Amino acid sequence: MNGVFDLAGTDGIGPVVVPDEEPVFRADWERAVFPMFAMCFRAGFFGVDQFRHGIELIDPAVYLKSPYYEHWVHTVEHFGEQLGKLDMAELDRRTAHYLANPDAPLPEHADDPELLAFVEAVVPSGATAKRDVERAARFRVGDVVRVDRSAPKGHTRRARYVRGAVGEIVLAHGVFIYPDTAGNGLGEQPEHVYTVKFSAEELWGAEHAEPNQSVYFDVWDPYLDLVTTSTEGVPA
Amino acid sequence: MSSTVRTPEEIAARVKALESMLIESGVMTTQAIDRMVEIYENEVGPQLGAQVVVRAWTDPAFKARLVADASEACKELGISGLQGEDMVVVENTEAVHNVIVCTLCSCYPWPVLGLPPNWYKDPQYRAAITREPRKVLRESFGFTVPDDVEVRVWDSSSEMRYWVLPQRPAGTEGWSDEQLLALVTRDAMIGVGPVGAVA
Repeated sequence: MNGVFDLAGTDGIGPVVVPDEEPVFRADWERAVFPMFAMCFRAGFFGVDQFRHGIELIDPAVYLKSPYYEHWVHTVEHFGEQLGKLDMAELDRRTAHYLANPDAPLPEHADDPELLAFVEAVVPSGATAKRDVERAARFRVGDVVRVDRSAPKGHTRRARYVRGAVGEIVLAHGVFIYPDTAGNGLGEQPEHVYTVKFSAEELWGAEHAEPNQSVYFDVWDPYLDLVTTSTEGVPA
Repeated sequence: MSSTVRTPEEIAARVKALESMLIESGVMTTQAIDRMVEIYENEVGPQLGAQVVVRAWTDPAFKARLVADASEACKELGISGLQGEDMVVVENTEAVHNVIVCTLCSCYPWPVLGLPPNWYKDPQYRAAITREPRKVLRESFGFTVPDDVEVRVWDSSSEMRYWVLPQRPAGTEGWSDEQLLALVTRDAMIGVGPVGAVA
C-alpha cells in the first residue's frame, strides 16, 4: 500500500535529532511492548510481514507522531481483534482502569517455563525467512533491471522511490518468503531476492542528487523487469 | 483506526491493559518479559559487533569469511539470532563509505548492534538518509565524507540485515584487542560516524 510509512525522500519533516545518550527503553511501557513481537508471534498472532503490515495500517498522523514502540501496540491489537484473540471492549475497560489507577497491579499469574525456554532459544537462533527450495532465478548479478510500477494496496516492500527506477543487480541472496503474499495472509510463496544498485541521479534527478552517491535496495524477483542482461552490458 | 495521538499516560495505561490480557491468555508472563528485556538491555548490543570488527581487523582469514557470509562467520564468535539470521557486512574502503537504513520500517541487525537507537527508527532519518546522506551525516552527526568517496546507502528492504565494517584506523599497528575494541562505536557500524580517534 502507498502510505506515509514509506518515507524515503520525504521532505519537510525536520532534522534528524540525535541525543548524546539514551537508554535502550525510554519508559517502562516500552519494556512490556518489546517482547510482544516474539511472544505474540509464538501465540499465532502474525508472521513478521503481517506484523509490519499491521503497523502500516496505523492512521498516518498517529504513525508520524507516536513513539516507535506504540506502533507495535497497534499491530498487536489489529491482529488480536481480527483473530478474536482480544476482546476490544474489555481492553478499553482495562485501559480506563489503569489510566485512573496507574499503579494497579497486573493479574496474578504463574511462571511458564516453556515460554521462558522459548525466549532463551529464539534470541540466539532467530527464524530465518530464507527457504531451501529449488526455484529458477529470472535474473543474475550484472543484469540491468527496472522496478515495475505496480502499486498493490496490501503489504509490499516496493518502496515508491524505486518504482520505475533502473539499476544494476549487484548481489543475489537466494530464495526468501515473499512479503507480498505472506504479509497479506496468502502464504510464503518464496521468491529470489536481489540487491539492486541505483544511482542517486536515477532516484532524485541529477539536479537534486548529492554527488557520488548510490542506494542499494533489496527486491524480490517479481518486482523486476529486465532492461539488459549482464552479457549485453549496460545501455549507452 | 484511531486518529488520536495518545499522551504518555494514555500509552502506559493502554499497554498495561494489553499486557494484562496477554498475561491472562497465557501469551506472556512477567518473568519472560523481564528476561527478554534483560537480554537486550545487558547482553546483546554493539559490544558484540565491535568484537566481530576487531577480529576482522586482526585476522584476514576471518575477515574473508565475514565478508563472504557474515551470519556464519559471526557464529564462530557465538553471535547470532533474531533479526540477524541473514546478515551482510559491507566494507568501508578509501573509495566507499557505507551507511544503513530501513526506510519502510526499522530493520536493524540486532545480534551485532542490539536494538536500534530511536533516531534510526524516527521518520526524519528514514526520510533523509537516502536523499541527502552527506547532509544528514554532516549536520546531524558531525561527520563529513569527502566528495571523492562514494556514499552507498543500504536500504534494508528485505530480511537481509546489513551493517558496516569500518576501516581500521592508521596508527593502530600492534594495538591490543582491548585497545581496538574501544575504537569501534555503534555509529561506525551503522555508518553515521567514524571509529574512535587514535590518540
